[in-house]
Amino acid sequence: MAITQLSAFLENTPGTLYKAITAISGAGINIRALSVADTRDFGILRVIVSDIDKTIEILSDDTVVTRTQVIAVRMSDKAGALREILSVLQEAGINIEYVYAFTANAANSAYVVLRVNDIEEAEAILAKNGQQTLSDKDLNTILP
Amino acid sequence: MKMKSYYQKEIETASREEILAIQNEKIVKQVKYVYDNVPYYRNLMDQKGVKPEDIQSVEDIRKLPFLTKDDLREAYPYGLLGTDLKNCVRIQSTSGTTGKRVVAFYTQKDIDMWEECCARAIVAAGGSNEDVVQVCYGYGLFTGGPGLNGGSHKVGSLTLPMSSGNTDRQIQFMMDLNATILCCTPSYAAFIGESLAERGYRPEDNKLKAGIFGAEPWTEEMRRSIEKSLGIKAYDIYGLTETSGPGVSFECEEQKGMHINEDHFYAEIINPETGEVLPEGEKGELVFTSLDKEGFPLLRYRTKDICILSRRPCSCGRTHVRMTKPLGRSDDMMIIRGVNVFPSQIEAVLLKEGYTPNYQIVVDRENNTDTFDVYVEFSPEQFSDKISDIQAREKSLNGAMRSMLGIGPKIHLVAPKTIARSEGKAVRVIDKRKLHD
Repeated sequence: MAITQLSAFLENTPGTLYKAITAISGAGINIRALSVADTRDFGILRVIVSDIDKTIEILSDDTVVTRTQVIAVRMSDKAGALREILSVLQEAGINIEYVYAFTANAANSAYVVLRVNDIEEAEAILAKNGQQTLSDKDLNTILP
Repeated sequence: MKMKSYYQKEIETASREEILAIQNEKIVKQVKYVYDNVPYYRNLMDQKGVKPEDIQSVEDIRKLPFLTKDDLREAYPYGLLGTDLKNCVRIQSTSGTTGKRVVAFYTQKDIDMWEECCARAIVAAGGSNEDVVQVCYGYGLFTGGPGLNGGSHKVGSLTLPMSSGNTDRQIQFMMDLNATILCCTPSYAAFIGESLAERGYRPEDNKLKAGIFGAEPWTEEMRRSIEKSLGIKAYDIYGLTETSGPGVSFECEEQKGMHINEDHFYAEIINPETGEVLPEGEKGELVFTSLDKEGFPLLRYRTKDICILSRRPCSCGRTHVRMTKPLGRSDDMMIIRGVNVFPSQIEAVLLKEGYTPNYQIVVDRENNTDTFDVYVEFSPEQFSDKISDIQAREKSLNGAMRSMLGIGPKIHLVAPKTIARSEGKAVRVIDKRKLHD
């Protein structure tokens, strides 16, 4: 079960991230997870938010926003948990395009977000190996 | 005082009356020649109701129709050819693109005339058969290398046909073979100067005494800096493929404007808006009429270069009219690292590659080398949240531009609607180079 992440293009100049975050928070939207990838010229803001449609509407005034399907895998908060997940994907020959992590309210649990080249295959193989992936609906129950 | 020397003293120092008489005689013949041999131009003359008999002196040139780059494109490739191909021995072409490429034909007589013009420039820069002339303009279709190479032969100098690039080899030949005159673009001259310094050479370590630099705009400030770094005197040279190549005009020791070889090229300055001929001393678009070319005999060709003419006597003894460096363009052409670039070409590539025509060109100069950046708005459909996808797009656009222009800009993809617009219209070109003060 994939989750929806929003990706926005940001110029690599002072204030652009601040402006985007201010717009999101101003609308009362919670950012559940965030990552910024940057180059010399530009950055890509990747967020998982409580209100997808509204965030798209807000950010679209200034830049391009797209929905990207990513996988969020639950992992226990202990050494070696991420390695286990990556090992499953690596054995299946799945390429990871980027990765970041977030924690939730529940104690002793964290989530790793992955964008992969074959999302269905990745989910199937993770499920087979007993890894739990989240859906958009799941996110609404575990996070504000 | 040093003896003044000229390649063709008689004509280079002829009185104004003599020059005028030569021009008058040549123009009558040339207009008839073109009318008889170039149907494209005959048609333009007929449309304007001008007959060859109407042209009795250079004063009458203003009755003739103009030729523009558009005509050259329309007539491509043979439409403006002045003689049978079997009489032609050479083709040269502009650095431009498929859309704007100019192909010029030369008979042997045309080549000789062109090379003599370059020889005059070399002698004006102090060259003789005792000199070693290092030519690092590009050889090939570009006129820079072949023109100066031929001129150097005519002077009898020992010619080093280096062509462009490979700075290590340039320096090795320059130092080992005692080059005395350097011919290249001013930005490459500056680069050679820096490269010499990096290798620990002082300006006095080389044998260079002069440089003949052209094919791109440069400033007085840049001239002084090149002169200092190479320990030479730097001379400007001007020309265009449409008329022949470098050597249409050249600087003398005065370094105050370039003498136009008036026995071969008649120069006019016009108001670019109205086409009206302007009096001497006024700033306007430079128009050339070739007085004796056979292969590609253009009459009243609009160069789009803005400059000023002066017939005031020059202390060098040459009597031919002087033109200022081009002070600008009457169209939107930019010269970037010696290459002619039109915004319309950038636009054509973007449309072909599936982008919107929202772009901005930024040209600047760092360390005497032009920087060339193009900012392009992508559409929401083209956005990927993978950095490698965006970088691959930039790389691919760079390649497409390079094959169109011959020079690859740094591409910066930006979000839609982010390129600054003034009064709703995007500013297409920001040229930060301060070339004309």
